[in-house]
Amino acid sequence: MHTTPIHINSMKWLHKNLFSSSLNTMLTMAALYLLWIVVPPAIEWSLLEATWVGESRSACEPNSGACWAFVDARIEQFLYGLYPATERWRVNLAFAILFLLFIGLFLAGTIKQLKRSWIVTLILIPYPVIALYLFSGGSFGLVEVETTQWGGLFLTIVIAGVGIVASFPLGILLALARRSEMRAVRSLAIAFIELIRGVPLISVLFMASVMLPLFLPEGVNFDKLLRALIGITLFQSAYMAEVVRGGLQAVPSGQVEAAESLGLGYWSSMRLIVLPQALKLVIPGVVNTFIALFKDTTLVMIIGMFDFLGIVQAATTNPKWLGTAVEGYVFCAAVYWIFCFSMSRYSISVERKLDTGY
Amino acid sequence: MEKNIETIIDITGLNKWFDYFHVLKDINLTVVKGERVVICGPSGSGKSTLIRCINRLEEHQQGKIVVGGVELNDDLKNIEEVRREVGMIFQHFNLFPHLTVLENLMLAPTWVRKISRSEAKDKAMHYLERVKIGEQALKFPGQLSGGQQQRVAIARGLCMEPKIMLFDEPTSALDPEMIKEVLDVMTELAEEGMTMICVTHEMGFAKTVADCMVFMDEGKIVERASPDQFFDNPQNERTQLFLSQIL
Ligand SMILES: Nc1ncnc2c1ncn2[C@@H]1O[C@H](COP(=O)(O)OP(=O)(O)O)[C@@H](O)[C@H]1O
Ligand SMILES: [Mg+2]
Repeated sequence: MHTTPIHINSMKWLHKNLFSSSLNTMLTMAALYLLWIVVPPAIEWSLLEATWVGESRSACEPNSGACWAFVDARIEQFLYGLYPATERWRVNLAFAILFLLFIGLFLAGTIKQLKRSWIVTLILIPYPVIALYLFSGGSFGLVEVETTQWGGLFLTIVIAGVGIVASFPLGILLALARRSEMRAVRSLAIAFIELIRGVPLISVLFMASVMLPLFLPEGVNFDKLLRALIGITLFQSAYMAEVVRGGLQAVPSGQVEAAESLGLGYWSSMRLIVLPQALKLVIPGVVNTFIALFKDTTLVMIIGMFDFLGIVQAATTNPKWLGTAVEGYVFCAAVYWIFCFSMSRYSISVERKLDTGY
Repeated sequence: MEKNIETIIDITGLNKWFDYFHVLKDINLTVVKGERVVICGPSGSGKSTLIRCINRLEEHQQGKIVVGGVELNDDLKNIEEVRREVGMIFQHFNLFPHLTVLENLMLAPTWVRKISRSEAKDKAMHYLERVKIGEQALKFPGQLSGGQQQRVAIARGLCMEPKIMLFDEPTSALDPEMIKEVLDVMTELAEEGMTMICVTHEMGFAKTVADCMVFMDEGKIVERASPDQFFDNPQNERTQLFLSQIL
């Protein structure tokens, strides 16, 4: 077989992708210049000149770079909030189980005995119960940890996870309702979606946490975290509904007609024929909504909960660590980015897997 | 030919409107078991709407449609019962693109008839062989030619073992060289005694299989006759005009 030497191939690649026209050449040069002025100082600040350990901000004074000692000293709090140190193994255990389940999900494609649907069922039904028990305890020998003590990245993941898992099916139901032939159902869905989409999440959260208790009878009071979760779920489900509706509209009417003519009822036609096609089309939009939700969880700060960003922010105001706000925000941004980017990559792999060439 | 004379479809005084548009006007039609009815007529004359009323893909406003002894009305149970016994083949196949050919065929038997997956699979393979496409079972519809897709659609309908098959211009979306393979399958089906109502302009097919020709124009059944009389001696002048254009 004929092979071209590597250096010729790479010259070709360079020419084709970077220098194919004078405009392209200029853009390439401009990009190189930008990289040149941004990257070296960034590396210097974040790595070369950084301080990695220390007891307070003053430990970082000798170096001109980032004060990662701040993150190092407070990492436990950033991860768990005020969750009691002796009980943190419970959080770790719950996440370890989830991690194993996800590994199972990845392997499901390659190992035959491992059915993807079983693992998804495990994640959706028994797992939340086990996780809730581990997190809050209160019986069978586990000390109770109130939700007011939950915080940090742990709280962020709980809110985002519950929000995603609950708003997805709710959004699908709302989308179906909005396309229903029953006028009352359709009107209710439209009213709900348009009402929720018309107000900012902050006001929904505020209503859920402050106004809702006013309407409830005296003495009935449910958990603040639960109220926030309900608020976020309702809010995101309205957005999810519109994304899913876009997919439903793209499935040709002949699909439902074929399903119905075979004797399938409404729910079977939707579940087996229409939704699989519609959802596949809207994976990018769905993941976009998930990513937005993940970042929107930071708004629970305004109702007095300390999620990941909230707790980092609070720590920067500690007198010992004054002047570490930049490090705090950069660290937060990096962690949020890792989560959101993983979701985005995962969605691409799902899209590839579902491609049947139509 | 000996035939068991039993009415299987009985349509009386059928009227249907799309908003203010009167699309079907005073339709009366009976079909007996094993009968092959071919419906033809100009585009927009209501042929599709009529056969779609027979499995309630379209709702009618006036008149009575009884299929296999079950009247089609707002009762969902009746509708489901009729649909289980009536198969339908569409102009654009309407296969489920996210499922393999085999899964397309197994879907309704497992979810509607509730038979076991292995039984459904045997049945699916049986009918795929019958439409001469067994080797494509694991492909997705998007990987097949139009003619193959339509044969899969016919096999999918047959897997429910319906008493009646409705065809709505099953060959109009096909390239000319693929029409024959689909018509061959349909002819075989007709020879086995399936009750069929077929909207088509394939007059060669109509001459060989039809027991009865129906000509529609502007929402009405204008003429109903045996194929011999229909082609050699049409009574209505609109039928004559239509046949002179198409033959
Ligand atoms: N869903 C619908 N809404 C309104 N008008 C329709 C609808 N479906 C069909 N029509 C109209 O009804 C008439 C008959 O249509 P159709 O039964 O499809 O005719 P054919 O199959 O004979 O070509 C046409 O004029 C068509 O425009
Ligand atoms: Mg038509």
